[in-house]
Amino acid sequence: MLEYLFDSFPLLEILADSFPKILVPGLTVTIPLTAISFTFAMVIAVAAAMAQFARVPVITQLCRFYIWIFRGTPLLVQLFVVFYGLPKVGVRIEPFPAAVIVFSLNEGAYCAETVRAALEAVPAGQLEAGLCAGLSYLQTMRRIVLPQAMRTAFPPLSNSLIAMVKDTSLAANITVVEMFRATEQINARVYEPLALYIEVGLIYLLFSTVLTWLQRAGEKKLSAYESREG
Amino acid sequence: MVLEVNDVRKSFGQTQVLKGVDLRVDKGDVVAILGPSGSGKTTLLRCLNFLERADGGTLRFDGEEFQLGHVSKKDIARLRKRTAFVFQSYNLFLNKTALENVTEGLTVARKMPKAEAEGLGRRALEKVGMAGRMDHYPSQLSGGQQQRVAIARAMAVEPEIIYFDEPTSALDPELTGEVLAVMRQLADEGMTMLVVTHELGFARTVSSQTVLMEGGVVVESGPSRRVFEHPEEERTRAFLRMDGK
Repeated sequence: MLEYLFDSFPLLEILADSFPKILVPGLTVTIPLTAISFTFAMVIAVAAAMAQFARVPVITQLCRFYIWIFRGTPLLVQLFVVFYGLPKVGVRIEPFPAAVIVFSLNEGAYCAETVRAALEAVPAGQLEAGLCAGLSYLQTMRRIVLPQAMRTAFPPLSNSLIAMVKDTSLAANITVVEMFRATEQINARVYEPLALYIEVGLIYLLFSTVLTWLQRAGEKKLSAYESREG
Repeated sequence: MVLEVNDVRKSFGQTQVLKGVDLRVDKGDVVAILGPSGSGKTTLLRCLNFLERADGGTLRFDGEEFQLGHVSKKDIARLRKRTAFVFQSYNLFLNKTALENVTEGLTVARKMPKAEAEGLGRRALEKVGMAGRMDHYPSQLSGGQQQRVAIARAMAVEPEIIYFDEPTSALDPELTGEVLAVMRQLADEGMTMLVVTHELGFARTVSSQTVLMEGGVVVESGPSRRVFEHPEEERTRAFLRMDGK
């Protein structure tokens, strides 16, 4: 039955053959690249946002400069500078770590702004109440202000994460064999660009859809302290 | 004496809000600070707990003396652990339940074991009539209930003094009563309280001392009965007449 289908529609066989060859790099490269980079990005974002929120001198200016650079230049250019440019000055980085560095810093810059805005949206009285209860500034930030800010920041951060899954396809340009580059390699052999690129697009869509579900579940969980009656 | 401040001065930009305020609170006193809007009474209270940094003045707290203009972070942290603050807008921790709001200062700031803190927290909430709402989040409570939790949070740390910043001003009249009742009960138990308020009734009947501020200075102060029945200053008479009816 399957053989009959494949004989009559050779395209189907190509799609079936290529599916695992695209999905596997998706699971072993695209997802780890996203997960690792996004984790680093969150650490950078929270640190940069807190420093700016507390108006720590010098560090605040450094954060503004960093955000200015990474939001103001194309991601693809950043990837090329790190992977193809830095070897000129003796800094050679393997493709995967190079991609992690660039994605972390780029995403960190955007998310820092999201987290900073969310911190500023927390009523000032929350910090004051924490201090008056005897908590230190950092204790109050960590236990009271930041959790509330992260609730506000969660939807836009989820957005950034979903965008990042797709942006990792740019790593194909610095020889990381993630989902998109794997598809290109298959296409180079069989030349079915329309079918193969739609196929990989659908797999990206699948990943994004799963993340959207996770986002909804996460929002539900985080909204525990919001009015249940309302 | 729990607390004494002298010559507290504070400006915001060009505007001098406190022009040398003196104030003394003895143990067990309930001191009400009255005054029209803009008289500096809230700023004074906020300076006492370093939510605002005063430009000058001295603070004597339980025998220790501090220069309000140059207090170290360490001293601020130490002093805050011995006081409590009740805000006009309650400022309960929105991401914590009523009980967690009360225990937070005990477990985190004062390193009390969780079980012991919860015991204290439950008792404090029972005292303010919130026993049935311990697991509610602030968004699930009325304004009056939130303020009662805030008072429980303040008393649970067994402070030497509780500062109240217009604790009923954000409440509907029918909710004001329940908060004032809790404060009255606290006063009866001997808690030292410094209360910035618009509630003349509370000042007259509950507070032992009344201070009238206007334009950044203390106009008149003394035992509440004396201030209300025989005000010495014309300004005080005018203020009490205006607000009194």
